[in-house]
Amino acid sequence: MPSASLLISQAFNGLALGMLLALVSSGLTIILGTLGVLNLAHGALFMVGAYAIYVVAGYTGSFVVGVLAGTVLMLVLGTLLERGLIRWFYDRPPEDQLLVTFGAGIVIVEAVRAIFGPQSQHVDVPAWGQGAVQLGFLIYPTYRLELIGIVAVLLLGLYLILYRTSIGLVVRAGIEDARMVGILGINVRRAFLLVFAIGVAAAGLSGMLYAPIVAVTPDLGETFLVESFVVVVIGGLGSYPGAVLGGIIAGEIISITSAFSPAYSGVMLYAVMALLLVLRPQGLFGSEGRV
Amino acid sequence: MSRASATMLPLAALAAVLAAAPFVLPHLGASLDVLQRVLDIGLLGLGFDLLFGVAGLLSFGQAAFFGTGGFVAAYLLVNDVIGSVWLALAIGTVAAGLFGLVVGWLAVRRIGIYFAMITLAFSQMAYFLEFSPLSAYTGGENGLPGVPVPWFGPIKISTGFPMYWLLAVVFFVGFVLARRILHSPFGLVLRAIKENTARAGMVGHSVPAYKLAVFVIAALYAGLAGGLLGIFQSYMPPDAFGFDTSGDLIVQTIIGGVGTLIGPLVGATIWLWLRDNLQLIPAVGSLWKLILGVIFVVLVIALRRGVVGEIRHLLTRRRKAVSEAGLPEEPAGDVAAAPVPLPLAAPMIAAESGAPALEARGICKHYGGLRAVDGVSFTIRTGSIHAVIGPNGAGKSTLFKMLADEVVPTSGEVLLFGRRITGLGATRSAQLGIGKSNQLNQLFLDMTVRENLRVAALARSQGTFRPDVLRAADSIAAVERQIAATMETLGLSHRAEVPVHVLPYGEKRRLEIGLALATGPNVLLLDEPLAGMSPAERTATRALIREIGRSRTLLIVEHDMDAVFELAERITVLYEGRLLADGAPEQIQASEAVQTAYLGGLRAHEPA
Repeated sequence: MPSASLLISQAFNGLALGMLLALVSSGLTIILGTLGVLNLAHGALFMVGAYAIYVVAGYTGSFVVGVLAGTVLMLVLGTLLERGLIRWFYDRPPEDQLLVTFGAGIVIVEAVRAIFGPQSQHVDVPAWGQGAVQLGFLIYPTYRLELIGIVAVLLLGLYLILYRTSIGLVVRAGIEDARMVGILGINVRRAFLLVFAIGVAAAGLSGMLYAPIVAVTPDLGETFLVESFVVVVIGGLGSYPGAVLGGIIAGEIISITSAFSPAYSGVMLYAVMALLLVLRPQGLFGSEGRV
Repeated sequence: MSRASATMLPLAALAAVLAAAPFVLPHLGASLDVLQRVLDIGLLGLGFDLLFGVAGLLSFGQAAFFGTGGFVAAYLLVNDVIGSVWLALAIGTVAAGLFGLVVGWLAVRRIGIYFAMITLAFSQMAYFLEFSPLSAYTGGENGLPGVPVPWFGPIKISTGFPMYWLLAVVFFVGFVLARRILHSPFGLVLRAIKENTARAGMVGHSVPAYKLAVFVIAALYAGLAGGLLGIFQSYMPPDAFGFDTSGDLIVQTIIGGVGTLIGPLVGATIWLWLRDNLQLIPAVGSLWKLILGVIFVVLVIALRRGVVGEIRHLLTRRRKAVSEAGLPEEPAGDVAAAPVPLPLAAPMIAAESGAPALEARGICKHYGGLRAVDGVSFTIRTGSIHAVIGPNGAGKSTLFKMLADEVVPTSGEVLLFGRRITGLGATRSAQLGIGKSNQLNQLFLDMTVRENLRVAALARSQGTFRPDVLRAADSIAAVERQIAATMETLGLSHRAEVPVHVLPYGEKRRLEIGLALATGPNVLLLDEPLAGMSPAERTATRALIREIGRSRTLLIVEHDMDAVFELAERITVLYEGRLLADGAPEQIQASEAVQTAYLGGLRAHEPA
């Protein structure tokens, strides 16, 4: 039985990881819910975010400038991908969509590998995130705590966009029935583009924020891609609140399990997913058969 | 070209290529080691192509079965549990198949994205299991070194040429088997499921059972390939379980050609050849996978057939251009001029004496507050032509779907020859002798007319599921007779070998009826059979319906009142979900209730 302090520390780690997973997965899930496309290039885009901050923060010395520039880059990349590739696949079978986004992911990963090489890169923790914080019962790295707060703000921002703006209303209506929204005379295609770009930016932002606490390599996104599938399945396909809650659950499953036995942390996550697929295939917040 | 040579030619060509490859390809930059790897991936790909290319199920988790077969076999051999390499291979293959049965059982009920995700999740689970909890058996990240090579009698199959021959023979046998499967009744049903899953189920094939069977077959191929991987490398690597195993396989299959069986082998050859040879060029060495990725994306966007598919397409197009120009002409004369008595399959349920063919007892279907059908009871006498009419929104289509058990009633029940069928589902109902043609065509568009009818006729001869993988799809005499008779009745014999998507609308409509007819139903439900037809086609189809009605019970929903009053012996009128009238055509015509409610006071035989 692990000690209480280890468990608490792991619970915090789980929350930090879970928040990141929530952000990655919310991008994946709004794209899936609105466009009906499971974006297998999502992990690669996460990785691009990490490289963006590596380049810009390395060049300017400012993490914040890196995040801002990186976000712009991700929005542009998302727009290009949607306009140039994804748009042509809305009416194709899901298998084709899976294949084309999978291929796009390979191209992105290999392009980054060609530019930066296969070796891992290091991103400094920003000055305001150095050191550790004394929480009374435990000493915890400052940046990870801040990470939880930053992601919470980003998720809140995404919530406000989706649930408190008219464009968000169009997007949510599009999730329910894209064709009907089109019939009402609303430009669904533009909403689709926006959703895709925001989803890509969410993946990129997660990569940027994660970069200081991990070795940045071209294959960084693969694990996150698969784990965010689990999150989306737990939360319900296409559900934004589901992705947030599912992300935190997945993060805690990984961290708490490794407090007991690191060997089982990966297995446990997928076992939970398998169990859920059998008992409640629509996930926590999803409705059966929507996607 | 005779049929036998058409069957044997590709096999002879494959054998020749496999025999020549180790002497030729090493001079072209593909070492013997690479060739062995290609054959191994090709074997893995045979199963995957049956699963994805033929049945349309895109799995992202083939690594799970590849790894399972490999590690089970390697563990048994390295730890001297089993001395025989052959036996260990067999056990590993079976283990992969069993794992496939479990994963498949969970996965096949889901489609598209969900199916892909479930397979991926289980493969990741297997990967993590191999790495940590089971590392005492699997060697964790070190894998299992020292896998022995097999003996064939007194001959040791050592690495190098003997190992190549072993892999080549296994691949060849695997290919022959996969080809048999593809061209078997089982393979035809898989193709039908890919083309139109709903219709494959409607004619009476158990879609989940067929999907599960092909999933297990793919897992068995993967398990065997995994076992051979450990043997020819003398080492079982942990990355066999990795996501890249599944991902690379998908890319290689697309590059080589989906649904061609040989595609994964060709794709793997191109993949490994590019990897090895591009790396020799200093400037582009590290870009090999980027180049492959771009090729892959371009193939997915534009050239869906892949290398083998494009070659095959070019060859068949040239052959077609010579042999035929456009569709064959329709023979002159009436469509159903020379009716051939249709062989009617015996009823699955022995008809109780005097029991009606089909009986609805108080069936209701409520969608929330909407009562689409509200307590309708009526009977259809055996051997009669019965029509259901009613204005739009009267609940006719919902009623029809409940009769064929596509929709489960909120309450009430449907009896077929006195036996309750409600809740059995459309597939079981079809097996019990209900055929249904749809208001909107539900055809297998990329198959020929003959193949379409064969899918339907096989449902009756094979039952819900039969893993009939070794015989040819066209080798069941009774089925072929049924197809020929159905085509004759439909007047589509001259279109037998035409792909359905090029048929004109009226003929598609007739084939829609034909699919229901070819199952040899006792009771045939036709949902608006005349919809969208030209006057000439209507006349022909009315004759067809009358002809069909001679040999079996017919129930028709139709808006063409002339046709209804000409054909039907009894008419049921629905109005706002309720039964308004039920009787002989003269009674219906005379009924005041019907005239006011439905016909608005018009004379009954005028079109509504």
